[in-house]
Order: sequence, then C-alpha cells, then structure tokens
Amino acid sequence: MNLQRRTTLKTGGSLALIAAAVSAGVLPTSAFAQWNKNAFDAKNLNDVVKAMGGATAEKSNDIAITAPDIAENGAVVPIAVASKLANVESIAILVEKNPNSLAATFDIPAGTEPNVGTRVKMGQSSNVHAVVKAGGKYYVATKEVKVTLGGCGG
Amino acid sequence: MSDPMRIRAQLKDGGVTEVRVLMAHIMETGLRKDASGATVPAHFIQSITATHGSKTVLNAQFGPAVSQNPVMNFSFKGGAKGDKVTVSWTDNKGAKRSDEATIA
Repeated sequence: MNLQRRTTLKTGGSLALIAAAVSAGVLPTSAFAQWNKNAFDAKNLNDVVKAMGGATAEKSNDIAITAPDIAENGAVVPIAVASKLANVESIAILVEKNPNSLAATFDIPAGTEPNVGTRVKMGQSSNVHAVVKAGGKYYVATKEVKVTLGGCGG
Repeated sequence: MSDPMRIRAQLKDGGVTEVRVLMAHIMETGLRKDASGATVPAHFIQSITATHGSKTVLNAQFGPAVSQNPVMNFSFKGGAKGDKVTVSWTDNKGAKRSDEATIA
C-alpha cells in the first residue's frame, strides 16, 4: 500500500489515483462490457438490431414506453421502458431522427426487473423505439415524441 | 476526477429494490460547435455497471445521445436493507468513477 501511495504522490494526476485504486481492488476492472461501437454508429432501427446480433425486430404490444407526448426541451427527454415479455436479456432505447439512433442499452441479468429509465437528447420530433431482446428474439415498440426545442447544438 | 454520483436505493414492497442514479457528466456529443466554429470533441459515459454484493444487477451502455448529467432508474430483486449497491461508470476518455449507496 505504501508503494502505491508513493507513486500516487509522485505522479500526482488523477489517473494515477485511479490506477492505484484499481490495483488495490477498490474499483472493479473487468466488470465493464465492451462498448458496442457498431450499434452506436448505426443510423436506423434495422442497422442497430443487426449490430446487436439480431436479424429483425418484431412489433410487440408487451413493451411500454413512458415518454412525454410533447417534450418542451429536447436536451432532457425522460424515457422509461417496461416490458412484460418473459426472459428479457436487454433493453435498448433508440431515437429515430438523431444523428445516431441508439441512445442507450441496458443488459438485464436474471433478478433485475425489465424496467429501466433514463433521459435522452432529441434533435427534433421523432419516433422513439424501445428494442427488447427476450428469449433470443428482438421485439420493438414505438412512440412518437414531439420536441418543441431541439436538444442538439448550443 | 469528476463529482460523485448520487445514488438512492430503496427497498419496495415485494422485495424489489429500486435504484436511482444521477451521474455528473458533461455528455458531449462530438457534434456541437463552440463559438469559434471548432467542433467540441465527444466526451460521454460509455459503460455503467451496477453490482449488489458480488452480483451484477445491471450493465448499461450509453451513447452520446443520453442527456447531460445522466439519470438511470432500474430495480432488482434480492436486495435487503443495509446492503450496499455499487455503481461504476467509465467514459470514452477512460475516466472512471465508482460510488456506493446503502439500501434503505
């Protein structure tokens, strides 16, 4: 521990602090999954589903998207997704007309409820898709959100 | 290092623990231009992991379209009062942050 303290003091920067914390086992190192760049670069729903390893997404009525009909500020649009499908493995939130569709994905391990929420930016009025992977298949639900003030740009 | 996360974990009826996380992060998209017309480089949280004891209860990946100071809600079964929930994130520049909260 003393050694790490020395190096921390020597190099000073916050990065060294983090490195020391990681090697001391304070922060988990291996817990992070690889960021799926292809999916986040994809421009539309089909490409995102393909980048996540599926073929097509089937429409489902068992997915509920909670989002405002009209969002006053596109920089913070609260989106929540809940699914009644069995064996949900992951949930993804997509905004159709954003430069890159995919906003966030959530992996749902067993024991975690298929019910997540976050806030996203929306450049303009657009459809919001929730893609749920359940039992190896992909399902999608869509809701339109109108934006009165875009969230991209100053 | 960035500001701490605010994490609230509450045990609800039916043994479900509801977790709400507020992360302090600029979430720059990489598309915005500053006053001089130069593009502001992207800087956003990429991966988030939440653990309860030794069990991972949520893995999330964010793109730059998630709002500034991201909020995340989720719930899981099997938590008990007094247990710790740990949330960690890492961003596209390699910065990391880990904070924990006690289930109430």
